Amino acid sequence: MSTHDSSSADDGGLVQLLLPDGERIADAGYDKWVADVDDDQLKSLYEDMVVVRRIDTEATALQRQGELGLWPPLIGQEAAQIGSGRTLRQDDFVFASYRENGVAYCRGVEYTDLLRVWRGHTHSGWNPYDINMAPSQVIIGSQTLHATGYALGCQQDGVDTVAISYFGDGATSQGDPNEAMVFAASFQAPVIFFCQNNQWAISEPVGLQARAPIASRAPGFGIPSMRVDGNDVLAVMAATRIALDRARSGNGPTYIEAVTYRMGPHTTSDDPSRYVDVLEREGWQAKDPISRLEAYLQSRGLLTDEFTGRVNATADDVAAKVREGCLGLEPPEPLSVFDHVYSEPTSWLERQKDEYVQYLQTFEGGQ
Amino acid sequence: MSSMTLSRAINSGLRRALEDDPKVLLMGEDIGTLGGVFRVTDGLQKDFGAHRVMDTPLAEAGIIGTAVGLAYRGYRPVCEIQFDGFIYPGFDQIITQVAKLHYRTGGAVKMPLTIRVPFGGGIGAVEHHSESPEAYFAHTAGLRVVSCSNPQDAHTMIRQAVACDDPVMFFEPKRRYWTKGEVDEEITGQTPSIDSAAIVAAGDDVTLVTYGPLVATARDAAIAASDEGVSVEVIDLRSLSPIDFATVEASVRKTGRLVVTHEASQFGGIGAEIAASITRRCFYYLEAAPERVTGFDVPYPAAELEDHHLPDLDRMLDAVDRVMDRHNSLSGREG
Ligand SMILES: Cc1ncc(C[n+]2csc(CCOP(=O)(O)OP(=O)(O)O)c2C)c(N)n1
Ligand SMILES: [Mg+2]
Repeated sequence: MSTHDSSSADDGGLVQLLLPDGERIADAGYDKWVADVDDDQLKSLYEDMVVVRRIDTEATALQRQGELGLWPPLIGQEAAQIGSGRTLRQDDFVFASYRENGVAYCRGVEYTDLLRVWRGHTHSGWNPYDINMAPSQVIIGSQTLHATGYALGCQQDGVDTVAISYFGDGATSQGDPNEAMVFAASFQAPVIFFCQNNQWAISEPVGLQARAPIASRAPGFGIPSMRVDGNDVLAVMAATRIALDRARSGNGPTYIEAVTYRMGPHTTSDDPSRYVDVLEREGWQAKDPISRLEAYLQSRGLLTDEFTGRVNATADDVAAKVREGCLGLEPPEPLSVFDHVYSEPTSWLERQKDEYVQYLQTFEGGQ
Repeated sequence: MSSMTLSRAINSGLRRALEDDPKVLLMGEDIGTLGGVFRVTDGLQKDFGAHRVMDTPLAEAGIIGTAVGLAYRGYRPVCEIQFDGFIYPGFDQIITQVAKLHYRTGGAVKMPLTIRVPFGGGIGAVEHHSESPEAYFAHTAGLRVVSCSNPQDAHTMIRQAVACDDPVMFFEPKRRYWTKGEVDEEITGQTPSIDSAAIVAAGDDVTLVTYGPLVATARDAAIAASDEGVSVEVIDLRSLSPIDFATVEASVRKTGRLVVTHEASQFGGIGAEIAASITRRCFYYLEAAPERVTGFDVPYPAAELEDHHLPDLDRMLDAVDRVMDRHNSLSGREG
């Protein structure tokens, strides 16, 4: 491995409430933020994580079968996404990258809508205002500014709605997230910067982007930060609630670095065997977010056969719906290529469209 | 009606826009207390407050990117880019987000941003203060690109730009900021529409198409040509995307000759698009190949050289002579 491998990936200073073996450890500062999480909620968090992993597996299979052009797996990052996604209010607004299918799930996205982009039917699987979540963002880091601007709007409107931006460890090298921090700090915008440090940006290890823990940058911008175990759903929840509370009470932005691991490839087009060390991956396997919560549930006597059976049945049912929805998607109409470039058609584009219509009509049977 | 400078006319247009719609916000560097380096926003922060006329941190991507987020939230941000040459740090946000979000979301998310850019040369400035980057934006689907040439248009068009649900790149001819003209501030509605061209001098022999800072020069050229018995029709495009081809086409069908002039470089520019499109539409009406009079294909030169770079009245007349098949600087040369 290069000299860039692990300098920012050590576990020092991590907020943890659940150890990898499922042991619940006390933390005076954070415990109170999850004190209300009862047995039912724990079980429901577990179900969420199992279901989104199952969606992920199904979508990956659909890609392998040629039904999707591409899929960006979230496997390994379920706790980071569910732990944060489940703490948001419906009126909060999410600006994410392309990997936050677990967050979209928490927002109540239609399963089929998760796939539209990856089947090549559209650039936005859903109407952002239906679930208060922007479409997936491919330009790395861009959405951090949008979240900040949205938060400024909330501030001007005098509401306690919060904007949250999800981005990766690679994104922290881009200019936009850094400018976003400057703007957010300057105006004390009610925004959360949620960095999922999954250790990799395609083939580049996090040490290439950051020589010091990523969370340690934010204080230099005047933004308080937390570095949490991103595979610990309770720690993620607690940190997100702290950040939400700060934003809602008018005390400005927060930066959260969720330290996690991308257990799968970058996307279905990637081949991590070219750069990921098997031992590294095994090490993280032992810190898996789902098995850790499973062990905790077990220790509390909550992991009954009846419960796991029900969760697996739900997951299978969702997966079947994902598949069915995907296969049932109608391809877009050819002439819709011209739609919505502007709020009203322009003469120039109408002319191109008319000419193309005429061209299509030269084929037998029209389009 | 009152007489005011082009800069003041934009100022009064912005004032109306702020009064008309509480969702309108101004953002930019030095636009608040200072009133902008060209004083276009002079006095607006004092009257509308720092939350509506915002001095921002010094970062163009930050300005445009946060404006995108504000637009998501239902606001109508008007962003000032301090000078043409400083738009590039914000270029990514404009091209990948502002221009595409309406299309990306099937019309669900509107991006009614106005991005104001003082542009063009002729003010003896240092590097990066005299550029004409409009073609980059006109090339980008999803953006509207306009440029005003006189105080009345400046006032009317800035109000229309702010009211428009599409993102509008608003190019202000900085060397004409202090030109005075009569302005009627009581405009209502959309006439003339923001994407229509205007015939600013009627003529029969040659159609001279331009926009922004060169409209005044082109009008002077038309007067000079008429002294020599050549009748030049001058069209102020006003909108560079979309272009009002119908107006240009009708004129060229009448004159049979087309000259396009702009400060921006020639290669892949607005002039190329007009020449190609009008040639196709008017091929059988043309008496001569269309001519372009533009800045050279060089980086913007130092101030002491800019008069060589910028199209002026004489270069325009030389091109008029060329399409009229009169004696000109290239007479005797082929191709
Ligand atoms: C501006 C830009 N540069 C490059 C890419 C290509 N690219 C896509 S994802 C990616 C890695 C992103 O890594 P990170 O931010 O850590 O997010 P992750 O994929 O790990 O979730 C790269 C380089 C891009 N999409 N956008
Ligand atoms: Mg990463």
